[in-house]
Amino acid sequence: MAELRDLYQEVILEHSKAPRNYREPAGTNHKAEGYNPLCGDRFTVYLEMDGDSIRDIGFQGAGCAISKASASMMTQSVKGKTRAEAEKIFEQFHELVTGHSHEHEAELGKLAVFSGVSEFPVRVKCATLAWHTLEAALEGKQEKVSTE
Amino acid sequence: MTAAAAVPIRERAANKTFDVERIRQDFPILRTKVHGHPLVYLDNAATSQKPQTVIDALVRYYEGENANIHRGVHYLSELATAEFEKARETVRAFVNAARASEIVFTRGTTEAINLVAQTYGRVHVGAGDEVLITAMEHHSNIVPWQLLCEEKGAKLRVAPINDAGELLLEEFEKLLGPRTKVVAVAHVSNALGTINPLKQMIAMAHAHGVPVVVDGAQAAPHIAVDVQELDCDFYAFSGHKMYGPTGIGVLYGRHALLEAMPPYQGGGDMISSVTFEKTTYNKLPHKFEAGTPDMAGVAGLKAAIEYMNGIGIAKIAAHEHGLLEYATEVVGAIEGVRLIGTAREKASVLSFVLDEVHPHDIGTILDQQGIAVRTGHHCAQPVMERFSIPATVRASFAVYNMRAEVDALARGIRKVREVFA
Ligand SMILES: Cc1ncc(COP(=O)(O)O)c(C=O)c1O
Repeated sequence: MAELRDLYQEVILEHSKAPRNYREPAGTNHKAEGYNPLCGDRFTVYLEMDGDSIRDIGFQGAGCAISKASASMMTQSVKGKTRAEAEKIFEQFHELVTGHSHEHEAELGKLAVFSGVSEFPVRVKCATLAWHTLEAALEGKQEKVSTE
Repeated sequence: MTAAAAVPIRERAANKTFDVERIRQDFPILRTKVHGHPLVYLDNAATSQKPQTVIDALVRYYEGENANIHRGVHYLSELATAEFEKARETVRAFVNAARASEIVFTRGTTEAINLVAQTYGRVHVGAGDEVLITAMEHHSNIVPWQLLCEEKGAKLRVAPINDAGELLLEEFEKLLGPRTKVVAVAHVSNALGTINPLKQMIAMAHAHGVPVVVDGAQAAPHIAVDVQELDCDFYAFSGHKMYGPTGIGVLYGRHALLEAMPPYQGGGDMISSVTFEKTTYNKLPHKFEAGTPDMAGVAGLKAAIEYMNGIGIAKIAAHEHGLLEYATEVVGAIEGVRLIGTAREKASVLSFVLDEVHPHDIGTILDQQGIAVRTGHHCAQPVMERFSIPATVRASFAVYNMRAEVDALARGIRKVREVFA
């Protein structure tokens, strides 16, 4: 069952059980809610923006191991980054989990553990839900983002 | 040993005249391998697999009978029409309707319920009136009524269920009143497996002069349905959940009610004469069958009913009940499993959650072992809310499932626990 372990890497399981930045930062000035109606995953991403950069980030909500771990690791990877940098990471991450390109695996650092998702196409939405929500929060969109 | 390769001795001993291994041979798809494992198909409540006889019926229709019905004087059209009406008679007998004209072919349960809401409902439900449903309905028995209520300024009332997933009959009765114009209820809940006490509910509704629409999507595959004995007014079900093709379903309607209802869709076949001034509608059931129907689908549905009759609904029910009891025992015994839906009267469905593991993750891990279950809210979000969970894992059984497959499911769940340990 090698493939299964590719998907459920230790790091992913660990983050899903003990998600980082699982809170609403006191200085939150942007937030967005993301929802995957297929499986009921629902997350809110909170941002404390300082001009163009993400001073603090947190999230809360409920979802499967993949979506939760992805949200948790996303908060770690974009904290302190500018909006443009965060969007670039998402772009590379998206290419990785959809299996389009593994060329940025090194740049993605820890996030590369999600490469196994590309073998499970129905789980791509799980891995990207928090990221889509982050994007919406960065854009200051008011409506709920949905993966459907 | 692989999961589905051998049938334990007790499986044959349990029911001497019921040979599950032979039944499995009727279903070509069961030979499929999934990720190197034999397919263990436990998603029957979503759609069942099809026996060869049903597949053959579709082929036979297109090879030898295809022509538009009710329209031609030529040989093939007459043949197709005759076969179509024979199938209607087969369906009539299947639900024991009094007359074949009470059987309307639809695309499925969803269309059948929408038909009633948009015809009977639009005539009889007005501002301030009420439509009564239950807390365990599928979205397709909620949304059509919601749309109707919105349009008419009526109110949707919901009869509650207990923690086992059983309807609270006294509460249901209390909600029936002078403003209640329609009751719509599932015979069997797709998310919980609960079998509702339909006869009592229908008697209660009738005591208030209220007709009852039954969503029979999950009952028709597992329970002998007798619409006269139930005394229901409408009964809807889908072919694809009972070994038949997709795209074909049935609405049974009491003759007098159908007769008085306006048509649903306008078009060919549903008229007896058309001028630009006035159209006279065709007689029942054709009034409700506008346009060219799914003739191949009807042929397939007939073959599916004949397949079920060939085994015997009582035997199918007994076999599935045995599987459900066994699964309840072995899956229920796994540490961390919580069964959702523990009604005393249940059919075919085992819904559960596992500790902190999300159903979606369970579904992926089971799939890797060839086990197909449904994970999610099962188009019954209010049920999930009632139990304060986002989703469940649902295993649902059909005539071709075996105890060995229940064992495979239990092993699969243990594997999930290992991965998430
Ligand atoms: C209880 C119940 N009602 C209605 C439906 C809808 O059936 P269909 O999609 O075949 O119209 C289903 C199946 O999805 C069901 O389980």
